[in-house]
Amino acid sequence: MTAMPAPATMTSPNRRIGDKVAVGLLGMSVVLIIAILVVILGNVAFHGIGAVTWEFITKPPRDGLMAGGIMPAIVGTAALVILMSIAAVPLGVATAIYLHEYTPAEGLSLAWKRFRVSKGRPGRRRLFFRAMSALLATITRSAVANLAGVPSIVFGLFGLGFFIQFIGRSIDRATQPPGEVLWGQGSLLWAACTLALLTLPTVIVATEEALRTVPQDLREASLALGATQWETIRRVVLPGSLSGIMTGAILGISRGAGEVAPILFTGAAYYLPFLPGDVTDQFMHLGYHVLILSTQSPDVEATKPLLYGTVFVLLALTFLLNLAGVIIRSRTRSRAR
Amino acid sequence: MNRGRRIVNALMTGVFSVAGWVAIVFIFLIFLFTFKETVPIFTDPEVKEEANLHKFFAEQEKGETVSDRYIWQPTSDRPKVSLWPIILGTLKATFVGLLFACPVGVAAAVFSSEFAPAKLREVIKPVIELLAGIPSVVMGFFALIVLATWLQDAFGFTYRLNAINAGLALGFALVPIVYTISEDGLSAVPRSYREAAYALGASRLQTALSVVLPAAAPAVFASFVLAFGRAIGETMILLMAGGNAALTSFSLLDPLRTLSATIAAEMGEVVVGSAHYSALFFMGTLLFVITFISNTIGTWVIHGMQRRMGGSAS
Repeated sequence: MTAMPAPATMTSPNRRIGDKVAVGLLGMSVVLIIAILVVILGNVAFHGIGAVTWEFITKPPRDGLMAGGIMPAIVGTAALVILMSIAAVPLGVATAIYLHEYTPAEGLSLAWKRFRVSKGRPGRRRLFFRAMSALLATITRSAVANLAGVPSIVFGLFGLGFFIQFIGRSIDRATQPPGEVLWGQGSLLWAACTLALLTLPTVIVATEEALRTVPQDLREASLALGATQWETIRRVVLPGSLSGIMTGAILGISRGAGEVAPILFTGAAYYLPFLPGDVTDQFMHLGYHVLILSTQSPDVEATKPLLYGTVFVLLALTFLLNLAGVIIRSRTRSRAR
Repeated sequence: MNRGRRIVNALMTGVFSVAGWVAIVFIFLIFLFTFKETVPIFTDPEVKEEANLHKFFAEQEKGETVSDRYIWQPTSDRPKVSLWPIILGTLKATFVGLLFACPVGVAAAVFSSEFAPAKLREVIKPVIELLAGIPSVVMGFFALIVLATWLQDAFGFTYRLNAINAGLALGFALVPIVYTISEDGLSAVPRSYREAAYALGASRLQTALSVVLPAAAPAVFASFVLAFGRAIGETMILLMAGGNAALTSFSLLDPLRTLSATIAAEMGEVVVGSAHYSALFFMGTLLFVITFISNTIGTWVIHGMQRRMGGSAS
């Protein structure tokens, strides 16, 4: 009887050590990622927290941005974020409701197949419309995915070309005396519209996910009781998915709050001694202020505390929004379980 | 059913159907309006004189080195509008960013889906989310003020701001994209694949690397493609940490200027309707088209994989 050769796959001590090293290397990448986050946040917190005083938060900048506080930037960012949410959230939720509640759940390929095999049977027209609706949903979904990938600077160009040069100038031509420019320039309104577009995909995707968590039985029960589709959505679907929608909205908003590239040419101002009082006013912005302080300061060392303080406030704002979103999400998840 | 309720229902159906078109309309408008401002390059005789496809891409003049032959100086007396220094800068930063983010992101994804205990996994997820939540202007600030100094002290770079520094910071921002999509793909691989590998005597590492990872290859590929799209278009990090010099150079140690940073830096001062203005919008169109293609490929691959694995991987 010949000795059977040891199968190549049998565990040898050698391989176990090799395995451990390799797994350790994989684990190192996780450690590296955590380290990057800790270093960035730690650095900002360490240098920034001392700069954040009551005066810093409540006073405008002084001496050509070399001293003073960042109050106008905080107010400008808040105003921008609120306007952006007013535009983005209802629109995003409506798009998601359309995608999830009004288009065929079976998807494009199945809907099309059902139409094709229905030749000569009654209801063929209805199946055709159903297939077309599924096609529109597919196109919309890919448009949403592509919108999410459009570079933020291109959103800025679009805001300049569409909202300001096209819509703003048209309003001016219609309502203002010749030569006067009110709407056809960068402003809070146009910056908010541009940012709203950028956050739209986040809101749509998150809302659709939230709508998916509402059991189909509930919808059917509601419809069976004689409710219309809109009543079902308002009374059953929306209440059931509200926290998921809110999470998505907040995460989208926190992304929008930190974006600078889209507002560069659509209304952010270098320095304003007053607060924006109207949607046609320009505004200061925390992120833009960070850019200005770190690239245009005549004396980088002298403005460093101001810079770190501004970064700290911006990070705190976005992370608090993020945290709120994450908490709402985890509370809903534990309730669902 | 009473009439009022029926009318309201029909009305709301209309409202939602209109909302369904919003994304399609805007993606179309974005292309249309970015491209519209590019058109004078092809039609307007005055603009064409200064900026056209030939001037963008052809060799400008004789010179000793490549950096003398391809120059971006749109505002000088004799405007020079070669796009090569800027395209090269974009590619250099993207290359370094992906070189960092792809291996790190995939390794972390493999580790957390195949080896990490459940408790550790619950730490990794929020860490990645926080990293993704850092605004790019803050990442740019960090690279400009902190990272650049550290790297220069450690390696003695001639230029404080260079492709390594900017690309690395870009890589930090790309890691969450690579990680999230790869991890989704790895977790979507059915248990039976792993069980079959174990039954054949494979170790956990062998199973992870030669069974699970290849099965999730489309997702990993998609994560690279989507990270590429993000890297090409990323603006603030490169505007702040790239050094802002449009040099035609292949060296990673020189300062650089990307397409996005050029638009961001110059659009504020440009005369609306000038050749320079159209050239900047041309860059915007270029960015839009490149990211549109890479996003379409990325999402298409992910959807294909979802269908095959028979579940939602997102």
